[in-house]
Order: sequence, then C-alpha cells, then structure tokens
Amino acid sequence: MDLEFDARYEEFRAQVRDFVAKHRPVQPMGLASAKKKERVAWLSLQIEHGYWARTIPKEYGGYGAAPDLLETVIMDEEFNKAGIARGMMAQGPSMLVPTLLSHGSDEQRERWIGSTMRGEVIWCQGYSEPGSGSDLASLQTRATEDGDDFVINGQKIWTSTADQADMCFILVRTEPDAKKHEGISYVLLPMDTPGIDVQPLRTMSGDIGENSFNQVFFSDVRVPKANVVGRRGEGWKIANTTLKHERNSLNANAEGTLIRLARLMNDETIRGAPAMASPVYRDRLMKLQARALSMKHHGMRMLTCSLRGDSPGIAGLVVKLQNCQLNYDMAALAIDVMGELGVLYDHAKYERERGFWQAHSMFSLGLIIGGGTAQIQKNIISERGLGLPREPKPAKA
Amino acid sequence: MDFGLSEDQHLLEQTVRSFLADQVPIERVRELRENEAPNDRATWSALAELGVAGVLVPEAQGGSELALLDAALVSQALGHAVTPTPFLASAVMAPIALASISGSKADGWLAGIASGELVCGVAVTELFSVREEAGVRVSDGKLHGKAMMAIDSYGADLLLVAIDADTLGVVKTDAAGLDITRLATVDVTRCTAEVLLDGVTPAALFEAAGPAVARMLDAGRIALAADALGACESMVEQAVAYAKQRKQFDRLIGSFQAVKHMCAEMIAEVEPARSLLWYAAHSFDAMPDEAPLMACHVLAHVSEIAREIASVSTQVHGGIGWTDEQNLHFWFKRIGNARHLLGGPELLRNRAAELQGFAPAA
Ligand SMILES: Cc1cc2nc3c(=O)[nH]c(=O)nc-3n(C[C@H](O)[C@H](O)[C@H](O)COP(=O)(O)OP(=O)(O)OC[C@H]3O[C@@H](n4cnc5c(N)ncnc54)[C@H](O)[C@@H]3O)c2cc1C
Repeated sequence: MDLEFDARYEEFRAQVRDFVAKHRPVQPMGLASAKKKERVAWLSLQIEHGYWARTIPKEYGGYGAAPDLLETVIMDEEFNKAGIARGMMAQGPSMLVPTLLSHGSDEQRERWIGSTMRGEVIWCQGYSEPGSGSDLASLQTRATEDGDDFVINGQKIWTSTADQADMCFILVRTEPDAKKHEGISYVLLPMDTPGIDVQPLRTMSGDIGENSFNQVFFSDVRVPKANVVGRRGEGWKIANTTLKHERNSLNANAEGTLIRLARLMNDETIRGAPAMASPVYRDRLMKLQARALSMKHHGMRMLTCSLRGDSPGIAGLVVKLQNCQLNYDMAALAIDVMGELGVLYDHAKYERERGFWQAHSMFSLGLIIGGGTAQIQKNIISERGLGLPREPKPAKA
Repeated sequence: MDFGLSEDQHLLEQTVRSFLADQVPIERVRELRENEAPNDRATWSALAELGVAGVLVPEAQGGSELALLDAALVSQALGHAVTPTPFLASAVMAPIALASISGSKADGWLAGIASGELVCGVAVTELFSVREEAGVRVSDGKLHGKAMMAIDSYGADLLLVAIDADTLGVVKTDAAGLDITRLATVDVTRCTAEVLLDGVTPAALFEAAGPAVARMLDAGRIALAADALGACESMVEQAVAYAKQRKQFDRLIGSFQAVKHMCAEMIAEVEPARSLLWYAAHSFDAMPDEAPLMACHVLAHVSEIAREIASVSTQVHGGIGWTDEQNLHFWFKRIGNARHLLGGPELLRNRAAELQGFAPAA
C-alpha cells in the first residue's frame, strides 16, 4: 500500500488542474458529426498533454506513457471535480481499442487506434439481435464467403450510436456448421457500405441525454476478409475481452455524481431550508457516499491488479453490477430531494438542471440492462467466481 | 504506487488465519462459550507470541509497530474465525491511545499489552451515546459513575475509561471501588461489561488527551469494521460450500438461480467493502486528516452489508442454519454485536455528515 503523492505527483496534479481550468468552458460533447472538428481538436489536445490515450503506444497515436496508478487517479479526480469528461466515453475507445491492442493485426492497430482515440472515427457495437440478447452466442446474422469478401445478411438491434457511427465492430456467424460458440467472427465494418439500413429507435428518456438507440439491417453487405479481427471463428473469445473492457469501463464517475448530488441538496430548499438540513435525506446521501467511496477504491484496487499483472478474480466480476446500481440509486435520491418537482421534464417551467436527474435515472437503468444484465452478471459471479454449478439444460422436448 | 496488500501483509494474514483454523476452530469456540470469560488467556498468550497483541505497540515497548492496515487484517481474521479475544480493546484501541500519550507509565502498560500478559479493556460508549444515565466524572482526582458496554473489559487487568472527549482515565481492575459486571450479550465471543466506579483512584489520568481519544475511536471503528467484514466473508464461504453440497429436487441447491443470486449479491458487497476497508485503514496512518470520515463510513457501510449477509447466508442454509448445532449463529451474532459497539450506522453517518459540514456539528 503506497499512495504517497510525492512532489512529482503534486506537480502533475497542478498541471492537470491548470489544463482543466483553462479548457473547462470549451469542451465539446457528443458524437455528432457536426461537432467532429471541435471534438477531434479537443481530444487531440488531451492526447498531446497525456490526459487521454495516455498509455497507448506512440506508434498507434497514443501518448506512450508507462501505466501509473496515481496519475490515473489524479487525472480522474481533477476532471471529475471540474465536472468534465476525460477523453470520450464511447464504445470505440472503451471497447474496440483494448480489443485491437490485444488481438488486432499491426495494420488494424495503426489504422484504427489513433483515429478512434482522437474521435475521428466513431464506432458502434453490433452484437445484440432480436433473438439474441443475453444468449448472445445464439446470434444469427450470417457472413458468407465470396472471394476475398464476406457478405453479411441479418439484423442487429439496440445498437447504440449506430446512426452516428462511421464503423461497426460486429459479430457475425461465419461458420454455420460449427458449434454455437465456435462459428462467430469479429469484423470491422464501415457503416457507409451499401446494404446497411439504420433505423433509430426512440428510447424511454425521449430527446434528453445521450440516448441513441437503433436497429440495423444488413442485406448483402460486402466486407473484405482482411477486416476480421483475430482468426475466423474466434469472434466469441475476442468479443469476451471486449465485454470485459465494457464492464470495467462502466466504472463510471460515481464520485462526481455524488458531488453533484450534494450540491443539489444544498441548493434545493423545502419550506425555505436546504434539503441537506433534513436528517433523512442526509442519511441517504451518506449511505450512497460510502458506496461511492467503496467503488472508487475498488477501482484503484482493480487498477493495481492490472499493473501488477495479477488477476483480480471475483473482485473484478462485481464491478459492473455494483456501479450501475449505485448510479441508479444516486439519481433516485436526487429525484426524491426535488420531491413533487422531481418529475418536471422536457424544459418545463421550474425544471431543475434540464431534467438531468430523470435522464440520469433512465440512463443508469439502461446500463443495468446493457452489456450483460444484472441477472447475467450474478450468473457470472456465482458460476465463474464462486464455482456454483451451472443451470441444468432442460431436456429437449 | 500501489493500492494492494504487500507480501508481508499476505503472510501475516495467512499466519493468523491458519493458526486460528488449527488452534481455535469453531468446536473450541463452542467450548469457550461455557467459560466465565470466553476470551481465555491461553489463546491470547499464544496469539501474543505470533505478534497479534503487540501488532500496533511501538517497537521500543516490545511490539511490532505495524500499521493499522496490518491490525485490520488480523482483526478480519479473528472475525472470520469468530475467535473470542480482547483484540479490539487491548491490541488496537488501548495501544493507539497509550502510544500517543506516552510517558513512562504508558510505556510499561504497552510492554505488558504487547506480551499479552496485560489485557486492557476500554470504556468509551459514553463518548457517542448515553443511556441508563451512564457517565464518569472526576472529583478530587477520583473517578465516579458508570460506564456501559465497556469493550473486552470483563476479565481485563486494566481499563481505559473515556471521561470525555479530552480526558482519559486508566484504572487497574483490582482497584478499590471498582466493580465490573459482565453483561450477557447475544454474541458470546466478546466480554462486554458494565463498569461502576465509586471513588476509584486512577492509575493515571490524562487530560488534554483529545487527539488520543479521537484516534483511539477511529482505529477502533476501522478494526471493528474489519472484524465484521471477516465474519461476512466466512458466512459467504459457508453458504457457498453448503450450496455445493445440499441437494433438493434432485439438484444441488447451488444450481438454483435464486440461491446463486443470493450468493452473488453477498460477494458483490464483500469485495468493494474490502477495498474501502483497506483505504480507511491506510488513511489512518498515511492520511490522518481523512481517517475520521473514513472510519465512520467504513464501519457504517460494513454494518449495513453485514446485517444483510448474516440473514441471507442463514437463509441459504435453510432450517439447519437456524439451529445451535450448525454454528452459523456465532457469525450472525458476532455481526449483530459489532453493529452498535462503537456507534451504529445512523450515528456514524450523522458524524460523517458533520465532518463534511453537511450537518450542524453537535
Ligand atoms: C442502454 C443500452 C445500450 C445498449 N447498447 C448496445 C449496443 O451498443 N450494442 C449491442 O449489441 N447491444 C446493446 N444493448 C443490448 C444489450 O446488450 C441487451 O439488451 C442485453 O444483453 C439483454 O438482452 P435482451 O435485451 O435481449 O434481453 P433478454 O436477454 O431477453 O433478457 C430479458 C430478461 O431475462 C433475463 N435473463 C435472460 N437470460 C437469463 C439467464 N440465463 N438467467 C437469468 N436471467 C436471464 C435478463 O436478465 C432480463 O431480465 C444495449 C442495451 C441497452 C439497454
């Protein structure tokens, strides 16, 4: 245990703080192509300073620093305190890039890692299908061989940001005769390929917050075989590394949300007194703070495991489940603190923070389901983590 | 830069755990509960030889002067094995208080504590809660009054009595005018007592000891959280082991999702709480400004998850979990006892809010 912030780190913190203060007002948000120029400039600036893509090798467009737990902690703390995002929360940086780092060819890494980290290329994740959600390995979208290409036919659904994405990392069945888990390939697919039809789905949170949700239809979509990541038929294994990164990347900024919640409780008044003066609300806030602190330090423990090259074991399997529920519960307290006004939405008079907390509540609920539902997480924790026996397969009728 | 246990810490943890598994298995705890004072001296002496009693005592007084995180790992091991010992009072709270006061008398007691020959209880409840008109006052240099729920105090040789947030008295338990009565608690592994003081001459009276009192309380809270978390770990392990062995409807009950998910929910609480515990314990030595808040949060949080785990683990066992014979209740009760010993969750969270300026200070 060594969390000593020696002089070098204090200096680093001061640099980060300066940077954040200077750039706080200009950070562009979102994946929309209209914002592309600002987004790329902002992310490139962060990479240049080493606040984003910090440990990605220079040859792939990163900053090339050695992993360092405390630097990560400092950057997260300072960005969170200022309430601005470090880098870009999107499926490209959090899922595709780690996957390419471990499974991609040199050419794939050179082409996609830097451009993705800089926000030039936006990705979507084409996994779920109407008939294959939790049981993802049952997916049916087919890719048949034709010369140097695969030809894709089928449908994906719940595809976040597909309407904004330039590229899709997609799971397709390339070996129809192989066993369920062995016939899948992981493919990088340009979204402007002819034959792709993206149809947006309206989500429960309406027009507020980041909530792009789509179904995507594929008819005779051609993609070069060279776009397969890893070997053909190994897509399931590769996808699982991606899912692992997805789950770890959900180590969302609980601390920042808690600070925002405390601010709300100081600002919001009931009969002229701040909500914070209510022992009942305060008690709930303190309960959540303890959970947020646990998850923060749990994140540090996970980072330490990866720096030491140790497997976090079961401790790593619980992260997604706990973080998602914590975020949902923080939004729930905020809504309760606003009381009868907590339902105001959609630019209503008296609406607080532009409906942020209602949107956050619904968004967090989406995260509880997406990327492996809470129930699936509990199956994984108990079977892989605790070694409890699998569910017996029902006899075929 | 590292947020994890060191090799020495793993070794310490393993040493204590395997000693306890060997020497104080649950069958032995069952025997000890029949004793007048279950935290028997023989066990404590053997643990003292391992360095447990002196884990926090300065080297100059024969201790190993380790960090609170090391003590927390020991505490966790003791909770895991539901071992009856005076560890919390004698090896954590008293040494922290005495070492920060120092002086020749304190040094002598510290040496005795480290060797395990001197067992020291602490009477601190009235610092955070007053019931039954309890309270101790000093008049003409003598102590008068009553202290409730004094920790590890029955059968102790020495007693630290918190008179108020700034004043600490030390009394020998054979002093004239002192009466220590064991209070039977649902948990039989702790020797909690009522202490009556009728003009007791203290062996020492430390005034302006505010920092020592506060540090003692923080250390105690963190160590107690570790104890309860250790008990939780064991309850999860026992539930999982049982689920892998018990069959109903021609299946292992562990293959039922309802049971699986109960187990998953328990471990999903234990692991992040362990991370919080490490941080809180580490903050005590490395970031003392943060320690009071962390001590409140870790104990409150562990108390909450522990109550749930105590119930769920028992449910996984079905009817046998409800019997005396199955032994699971030793853990259930250890957890129940820890919940209010150094302030219950509501009290601790209110203190946490005060410390951050969210609540008006009492
Ligand atoms: C906000 C959000 C964003 C998403 N983004 C993407 C994306 O970008 N790309 C993508 O490919 N997918 C995405 N998804 C899809 C997501 O991965 C799936 O919704 C999820 O895996 C669940 O699949 P399903 O919707 O088919 O539900 P189902 O699998 O039908 O589940 C329905 C219910 O049954 C339960 N259940 C199912 N199987 C079991 C089991 N074995 N044991 C216990 N309970 C079970 C589930 O827990 C759930 O409660 C997103 C989803 C959401 C909500």
